[in-house]
Amino acid sequence: MSQNSNTPHNKNQTTFTLDGKTIPFSEGQTIIQAAMAAGEYIPHLCFNPEFKPHGSCKICTVTANGRQTASCTQQPQVDMMVESDTKQINDERRALLQMLFVEGNHFCPSCEKSGDCQLQATAYELDMMSPHFDHFSPNRPLDASHGEYLLDFNRCILCSLCARASSDVDGKNVFSLAGRGIKTHLIVNSKSGKLADTDFTGDDKAAHVCPVGVIIKKRVGFAVPIGKRSFDEHPISATPHPIVKGAI
Amino acid sequence: MNMSTKPKLRIATATLAGCFGCHMSFLDIDERLFDLMELVEFDRSPLTDIKTCGPCDIGLIEGGLCNAENVHVLREFRANCKILVAVGACAINGGLPAQRNHLSLSMILEEVYHAQHGLVDGFIPNDPELPLPLDQVHPIHEVVKVDYFIPGCPPSGDAIWKVLTDLIAGREPELGHGLVHYD
Ligand code: SF4
Ligand code: SF4
Ligand code: FES
Repeated sequence: MSQNSNTPHNKNQTTFTLDGKTIPFSEGQTIIQAAMAAGEYIPHLCFNPEFKPHGSCKICTVTANGRQTASCTQQPQVDMMVESDTKQINDERRALLQMLFVEGNHFCPSCEKSGDCQLQATAYELDMMSPHFDHFSPNRPLDASHGEYLLDFNRCILCSLCARASSDVDGKNVFSLAGRGIKTHLIVNSKSGKLADTDFTGDDKAAHVCPVGVIIKKRVGFAVPIGKRSFDEHPISATPHPIVKGAI
Repeated sequence: MNMSTKPKLRIATATLAGCFGCHMSFLDIDERLFDLMELVEFDRSPLTDIKTCGPCDIGLIEGGLCNAENVHVLREFRANCKILVAVGACAINGGLPAQRNHLSLSMILEEVYHAQHGLVDGFIPNDPELPLPLDQVHPIHEVVKVDYFIPGCPPSGDAIWKVLTDLIAGREPELGHGLVHYD
């Protein structure tokens, strides 16, 4: 291990390599945080730089010194050799994405989020040409009870960002993940189970963190036409995370 | 090589449970159709009105599977086409027709032919010539092996052109940013 790692005034010089590039990191940063700060893209879905990592989707998997690990939870070590953009890892990421697509009902042509959706954009990035697996076609009724927001559970990828935002930022606990394994699903914490019977509002952080098209503001769905949206302009790998972009 | 002596590739196309939008988009390659006709000839297709598919190099399938006849046509294409391509959202994930998949078929038929206002004497069509509907709409890869996919609703004429010209030239088709769209 190099001397730098333990010398505080030099700590900005601790580095690891990501696909051969030297990436600086500071204590406490995870691999994906250091990579993002250096302008490098590692595919991810349940990670959002504003929140504690959840480590559940595994799209951010890399190999660190030859061992597979989630880059949103793993902290780098000095001179660690991290590989992300390899055929093997991208093949595995694509298979994970395909499973997410067939487990829900993703009809992009009629989805308000199309073109701004991280699941879709990540699938474009990883050349996902088909869902490959057999579709589950689950039955997940919508919740249109709230005046301003619609919930379309068909598109939920169980990233828990809405639940984390609601409890950690809004102090409300409107959303939770319930059930286990394949039965895991998103629930709304009210007696009726309906969004209208919670204190959820459009000012909540939880209203703005869903990476896919579940939590949808009503009456503005197609204000920006399909074809003119963020990931139509640039691939997700070239689109800084909105929060990272704001912070720079 | 002298192009005139090179045998033309044979292409077949079909619409299953689709809206013909992908075929319309295919026609959006506009004057490039003339270039294409130098290289290929059409077998079964709505463009030729040939009713059965013979041996072909490339088969393009628009639409998913919503009835028994769709499955029959798809199998005929798979048996005859060296390369089978799924064109558009419905062929790839069932698309709009598959939005009925969480409802029971009997409930849907009941709603459409009996329950709706003004259908007092309505009856569910039962002519033996009508293909039987499937209980769910399936994308084509759930029934036969599919070699390539062109996503989009519909895929742009440029995307279809890119894949066709790649295939005709013997290249591995590649779309890339701007041509890959699920919407
Ligand atoms: S949530 Fe994303 S992937 Fe799912 S239907 Fe909407 S745009 Fe497509
Ligand atoms: S609703 Fe959206 S933010 Fe919440 S768990 Fe599902 S995908 Fe994640
Ligand atoms: S982004 Fe790391 S596990 Fe989901």
